[in-house]
Amino acid sequence: MESSLGQPNFISVLFFVLFVILTLGITYWAAKKTKTSSEFYAAGRSITGFQNGLALSGDFMSAASFLGISGMVALKGYDGIIYAVGWLVGWPALMFLLAEPLRNLGKYTFADVLAVRLKQKPIRIVASIGGILVTLTYSIAQIVGSGKLINLMFGLPYELAVLIVGGVMLLYVLFGGMIATTWVQIIKACLLLFGVTLLVILSLAQFGFSLENLFSAVETKFGRTALEPGGFASSPIDSISLGLALMFGLLGLPHILMRFYTVPDAKEARKSVAYATTFIGYFYIIIPIVGFAAAVLIGREQIAGIDKGGNMAAALLAELLGGTPFLGFIAAVAFATILAVVAGLTLAAASTISHDLYFNVFTEGKATESEQISVAKKATVIFSIVSILLGILFKDQNVAFMVGLAFAIAASGNFPALFLSILWRNFSTVGGVFSILIGSVSATLFIIFSPTVWVDVFKFDQAIFPLKNPAIVSMSLAFISAFIFSKLFPDENATAKYESEKVRVYLGIGAE
Amino acid sequence: MKIKAHQLIESIEFKKLVRTRWTVSFVLLFFLFLNYYGFILIIALKKEWLTQRIGIFGNYGLYAGASVILFSWLLTFFYVLWANRYYDQEVKVLKSKLESENR
Repeated sequence: MESSLGQPNFISVLFFVLFVILTLGITYWAAKKTKTSSEFYAAGRSITGFQNGLALSGDFMSAASFLGISGMVALKGYDGIIYAVGWLVGWPALMFLLAEPLRNLGKYTFADVLAVRLKQKPIRIVASIGGILVTLTYSIAQIVGSGKLINLMFGLPYELAVLIVGGVMLLYVLFGGMIATTWVQIIKACLLLFGVTLLVILSLAQFGFSLENLFSAVETKFGRTALEPGGFASSPIDSISLGLALMFGLLGLPHILMRFYTVPDAKEARKSVAYATTFIGYFYIIIPIVGFAAAVLIGREQIAGIDKGGNMAAALLAELLGGTPFLGFIAAVAFATILAVVAGLTLAAASTISHDLYFNVFTEGKATESEQISVAKKATVIFSIVSILLGILFKDQNVAFMVGLAFAIAASGNFPALFLSILWRNFSTVGGVFSILIGSVSATLFIIFSPTVWVDVFKFDQAIFPLKNPAIVSMSLAFISAFIFSKLFPDENATAKYESEKVRVYLGIGAE
Repeated sequence: MKIKAHQLIESIEFKKLVRTRWTVSFVLLFFLFLNYYGFILIIALKKEWLTQRIGIFGNYGLYAGASVILFSWLLTFFYVLWANRYYDQEVKVLKSKLESENR
């Protein structure tokens, strides 16, 4: 099959321009409503549980999961399914452990939760380091991925693609704040769910709407092994470590956690997770069908011929089943997906810089409303420029490990401290500081020394750290250091506040 | 009789509510772990369980992936159901006992 992939086709550009016009229209509308810092960071807490559920799904379902997992299933078969499952299981954990306490204790960032009991300055500074490390690595991975993707799909030069993504995203966050970012996520989530559903229906139509027929075609073409677990999860410790990072990484991602402040109360926070789990679960259940259908209908060699990682499987399948218009639509959806995720990350980083570092640490809570907004906007611009520049700098680098890094830091740096601050009476400021630092630093170092970076990127023969994902070790280190340093340096003030904090955590009294 | 916030958190009802809340959370979390890490460990250690066929071409593994997601979703759904029916109700009762200036 001749593919028009890689040439700027009229329909994909049209869909993309329509999406950008629509979202910029929303940004213009949102800009008029974004005056206070509560509106800029938290959409004035006016988002409903259902809307936030969609927005959370939009924040979480990145192009990596849409194109990456369908590609992985297409090229490697069953192993892609194992990976897909890991992306969902964090959501129930988020619901059981953090959703409601987070909403009741926090204001704009996850560091607010820690600062309720612990000493403001030290804990906010280290929490910001953890937060910014996560958002920056995640952003770079997204931006580099997007540059390559747009280059493949539209034939645009890499740098131009990165600039377009960065520029449009900057407009959303800068002028529309959280209100615009939320609506961009909602629209994107709807487009993505619609696009993938249509792709699945068209695929299954080729197999008489029977999964058995699809599996039989896969078996005939690639043999039984395509439908059976391969090497992906063969080492139990490595798989559990990756599983821990995926599950608890979600509970430490700043751009996900800050979404809970956009809803009015804990009940709506709970509802948002329920809706998000529904949409995301549906997405990961059906996405393997796209991968298997692409493998059968297009062939693994053709898919790998265009992109080694298989990222173009879904796009090629769309073109085969729905012609250029459908390819255009799917390409535009992928583009929108990246834009939305990067916007969410940028807003999270900007809130950390302006709310945690500038407002609470630097001015000790004395800055006026307009000063806060002004710093938040400057932080947005600076973070965007830095991530665009780093995106261009890392152009030819293998950055696939960076999403893993972001999840590992989130799971080891941010999550243990958040969890303990809610549940452990004797958790102290020093314990919190060391937990975040040791968790984040050890996760980063172990990833550098792991096979994914030491061998695959730096081309050394042997990895110093044996696991591909360090979470099982770095998360344990974070918990152990929290325990040791809280025992060694107890914080009477924090312990005393634990009881009185409870009315707020469990009854929502005094929650903002 | 109206009571103050610090009395409320000392009350048996409040302590019971907090304890129940975390018991429910950790029991559900335990099932989530069993569900997901069980799936992963079976793949690593007992692969033959999943490669057995059901139907002519499908196998347990293919449906197990979807089932793990479905079961996780059911756990979430169960939590919401419990929280809406029981937890929120209890919170309402406890809040009504508080003196109004403490709200």
